[in-house]
Amino acid sequence: MKMQLSKSLKYALCAATLLGWSHAAQAATKLTVYTAVEPEELQGFKAAFEKNNSDISIQWVRDSTGIITAKLLAERENTKADVVWGVAATSLLMLDNLGMLEGYAPKGLDKVNALYRDSADAPAWVGQRAWIASLCVNTIESKKYNLPMPTSWQDLTNPVYKGHIVMPNPASSGTGFLDVSSWMQIWGEDKAWEFMDGLHSNIGIYTHSGSKPCKMAGKGEFPIGISFAYKGAQLKNKGAPLEVIAPKEGLGWDLESFGIIKTSKNIAAAKRFADWSVSTEANVMYNQGYAVVAIDGIAKPVKGFPPEVITRMIKNDFAWAAENRTRILKKWENRYGSKSAPK
Amino acid sequence: MNYSTTMNKDPRREKAPMGRPNFIQRMRHLSKDEMIMLAGLLAIVAAMMVALVLPLITIFTKSFQDNNGVFVGLDNFIEYFSSYGLVLSIWNSVGMALGVTLIAGSMAFIYAYALTRSCMRGKKIFRALASIPILAPSLLPAISLVYLFGNQGVIKDLLMGESIYGPIGITIGMCFYIFPHVLMIMVTSLSTSDARLYEAAEVLGAGRVRIFFTVTLPGARYGLISAGFVAFTLAITDFGIPKVIGGNFNVLATDIYKQVVGQQNFSIGAVVGMVLLVPALVSFVVDRHVRKKQTAVLTARSAPYHPKPHALRDGLLFTFCAAVTVFLVSILGMAAFSSFITFWPYDMSFTLVHYDFDAVDPNGWASFFNSLKMATITAFVGTGIIFMGAYFVEKCQSFKGLRTTVQMMAMIPMAVPGMVLGLAYIFFFADGDNPFSGIYGTMAILVLASVAHFYTVSHLTLVTALKQIDPEFEAVSASLKAPFYKTVARVHFPICLTAISDVAIYLFVNAMTTVSAVVFLYAPDTKLASISVLNMDDVGDQAPAAAMAMMIVLTSIVVKSLHALISRGINARAMAWKSATT
Repeated sequence: MKMQLSKSLKYALCAATLLGWSHAAQAATKLTVYTAVEPEELQGFKAAFEKNNSDISIQWVRDSTGIITAKLLAERENTKADVVWGVAATSLLMLDNLGMLEGYAPKGLDKVNALYRDSADAPAWVGQRAWIASLCVNTIESKKYNLPMPTSWQDLTNPVYKGHIVMPNPASSGTGFLDVSSWMQIWGEDKAWEFMDGLHSNIGIYTHSGSKPCKMAGKGEFPIGISFAYKGAQLKNKGAPLEVIAPKEGLGWDLESFGIIKTSKNIAAAKRFADWSVSTEANVMYNQGYAVVAIDGIAKPVKGFPPEVITRMIKNDFAWAAENRTRILKKWENRYGSKSAPK
Repeated sequence: MNYSTTMNKDPRREKAPMGRPNFIQRMRHLSKDEMIMLAGLLAIVAAMMVALVLPLITIFTKSFQDNNGVFVGLDNFIEYFSSYGLVLSIWNSVGMALGVTLIAGSMAFIYAYALTRSCMRGKKIFRALASIPILAPSLLPAISLVYLFGNQGVIKDLLMGESIYGPIGITIGMCFYIFPHVLMIMVTSLSTSDARLYEAAEVLGAGRVRIFFTVTLPGARYGLISAGFVAFTLAITDFGIPKVIGGNFNVLATDIYKQVVGQQNFSIGAVVGMVLLVPALVSFVVDRHVRKKQTAVLTARSAPYHPKPHALRDGLLFTFCAAVTVFLVSILGMAAFSSFITFWPYDMSFTLVHYDFDAVDPNGWASFFNSLKMATITAFVGTGIIFMGAYFVEKCQSFKGLRTTVQMMAMIPMAVPGMVLGLAYIFFFADGDNPFSGIYGTMAILVLASVAHFYTVSHLTLVTALKQIDPEFEAVSASLKAPFYKTVARVHFPICLTAISDVAIYLFVNAMTTVSAVVFLYAPDTKLASISVLNMDDVGDQAPAAAMAMMIVLTSIVVKSLHALISRGINARAMAWKSATT
C-alpha cells in the first residue's frame, strides 16, 4: 500500500512536471510591468494587449505610486522591471534623471498630444491619461452642518468649514504636492502660502494618500475632501452621496505614463507593449473612468465627471515642480507639519 | 528577604577566572559537544549577518550619503535634528510608546497572571481569544476604530468630543495590536514556577500580597522587562496604525513613510531608521544587566506550582479578562461587520459582494495561496533556526563572545521598521554582485524577510522558556556522558513544547499578515494576500480589504485550532511531569 502510494505520487509529480514544461514551452516572453493602475483595471489591459501579442505575457507588479517609485529607485540598474506603466509622470522624471529609462518613439506617437509626453524625439516617457485635482463634497453631511457648496479654492478658507476639510499631506502623497504646486503656479508662491495658512486652520486632518480624502468624504467622515476628479466620479457612480467640484481658479494634474527600463532584457517585447499603449484601442480603454487621455478626440464624457474639470486644467510645469519640491516641502512641514489638529 | 537566593546558583557563573588560555589550546580542549555547538553558533551568526546585519549596514550607510550616493558626513543628521517638526516626532513617539507600554503591559500582566496563577473559569477560551489581534494586519484595528469612534462612528460619543484621529486613536489601536505579543512572553515567564518557593513562603507566614511581591514578581522579572521593551519598540516602529488614525500627530514611523514613500528621500529615511534603533540598544544593555542576576526558576528539584481556588481573586480576574476580551473581540467584530455592509454609513444593507475578490484584484486567490505557502515555510524554518539560536545563547557554556553576538543581533529586528528592512533587502539582495542575489524576487526572500522581521519576540519567548530550565540538567546528562543534543531532544524540547509551538504559530500568523517589509519584495508570482489588503484599502475598496483581512483571520484561526487538536495528544504526554503531584 505504501509502495503504491509513493509510486502514484511519483507519477503525479512527473505529470505535473511535464505539464509545467509544456506550459513553459508555449509560454511567452514574460514582461514584468510595474504599475500603479487600480488593480480592477489590470486584467482588462492585459487581456486586450495579449489578444494580438500571444507570445508576450504581462506580469504585473502593482502598488501605490510612492511604493513603486521607491522600489524602482532602490533597485536602480538591478530592477526586474521591463516597463513602468501607469505611473505618475513626476516619478518617471525622477527615473529619467537617473538615466534609468530607454528613449523610444512608439508607433503612432505623432497622435499623442505634445503636452502629454516627454518632448525628446525618442521620449523617455509618454503620458496615457491625466488625473486632475478636484473637491469631493458630501451632500448629506454638508446639509447636516449647513455648509455652502464651495466653488473656488479661496472659498475653502471661509471659517465656516473649520475642521471639515481633509487633504493629502504633500510630504506623503504626490497628489498632495500636486495641489500645493498648482496653487503656487496659479497665484505665485507668496499668495499661495497665504492661502494655505487660511486653509490649514480649516483642515480636519492631513492624510497619507491622495485618494483617501475623497473616500473619507464619500463615507461622510469629513464633508469635504481635496482629492481628484476620477476618484470622486467613481465613488459617486458606486452610490456615494458626492458632488465633484472643480474650483474655478484652476486645477493641478499629473499623468499616468509609461517608460521602458534601460536595463530590461526584453526590450523588443517592451517596445511592442509601448506601441500598443499609444494605440487608439488602449486610449479608448483609458477613457473608462478618466476623462482626459493622451490622444485628442478619443475621450467621451465620463459619468459623474463635471465637464469644466477639463477646461480648468492649469498649464502644469512638471520641471519647475520637480526642482522646487524639496524646498517647498521643507517649508510646508515647518509651517503646518508639526501643529496639532485645529479644534 | 529574597527567596530567589535560596535557589540554585548557576555554578558556571561563579567560577573564578583562571587566566585565558590561547586560542589553539582552547580549540584542542573542545569536547565533541562543544565542537558541534561552535559550528551551530557560527552558522547562526553567519545567517544573521546575511539576513540582517549586512542589509542594514547597506541602508544605514545611506544616512551618511546624499541621494546621489555622495558621502556627506553628518549632514543628514544635522538636517534632521535642526528641523523642529521632525524632532517633535521623537517626543510624540516616546510619549505614546511609554503610555502604550504601561497600559498594554499592565493589561497583559494581569491577564497572564489570571491564566497561569488562578483557578478562574474559561482559561482556555480566554487564552485563545487573547491572540485575536495577532491574527489580523495592524491596519485592521485602525480601520475598526474609525468605524467605532470616527466622525460617523457608532459609539463616538464615548470620546466626549475628543477626536479619535491623533494620540487617543494611536494608543487604543497600539494596545490592541501589541497585547498578544506581550502576553506571550509574560505567560511563558509566569507559567513555570516552583511550588516549593510558595510553600516555603507560606510556612514562613508571608501573606498573599507579600508572596506576590517577593516570589511571583522576582521570578517573572526577566519576562516582564523583555515584555516591556517589546511593547515599547513595537509601539514606536509600527506605522500601519498611525498612518490610518494618527491624524496630525506625527510620529517617527510615519516620518519614515513620508521620507521614503512620499518623497523617495532614502537618506533622511535612514536617519530616522537609525534613531529608531536606540530603544533596541537600550533594551540590549538592560537585558545584559538583568541576565547577570537572573537564575533558573525551574530547577531539577522543582515541583510545579498549582494555584488553589480563591473565590474573590478568581472572580475579579475573571471580570478583568472578560472586559479585555470584549474589547479585543469588538474591534475584530467591527471590521468583520463592516465587510458585510453594502455602503457604510448610507446603505447599511447586508451583502456578500465584498468577498468576491476576483472582481477587484487580478491576483485574487493566487495571492491567498502564496501567503499560505510562505507562512508555512516561515513557521517551520523559522522555529527551527530560532530555537537553535536561543538554545545556544542560553545553554552553551563556552564561546561567550559568540553568544553575546547572537543575543545582541536577536534584539535588532524588532527595532527595525518593516519598511526599512524591506528597502535594506532591495539594496542588498538586488545587487547583481551579491552572491545571494539569486533569491531576489523569489519566495525565499519573503521567507527570509519574515523570519528576520519576527525574530526578536520568538527568540525572547524561547530564551525565557529555556532560562527557566535548570542547567543542572546539562550537568547531569554530561556526567552520564549523554551528548547535549539528546538532552535537548528529551528534556528541553518537551518542556518547551508549548513555547515552541506558540512561536511556530506566532511566525505563521505574522507571516500571513505582514505587509511593511514584503511590500517592497514581492514579484508578480509571489504576491501575498496581506498586500492585496493594503492595495484594496489603498484604492478605496475598504470593505473588500476588510473581507480579505477576515479571510486571513479565518485561516489563522483554522491553523490554530488544528494545532491545538494535534498538540493536545502530544502535550498530554510531554507535559505529564508538570501535573504529577509530589
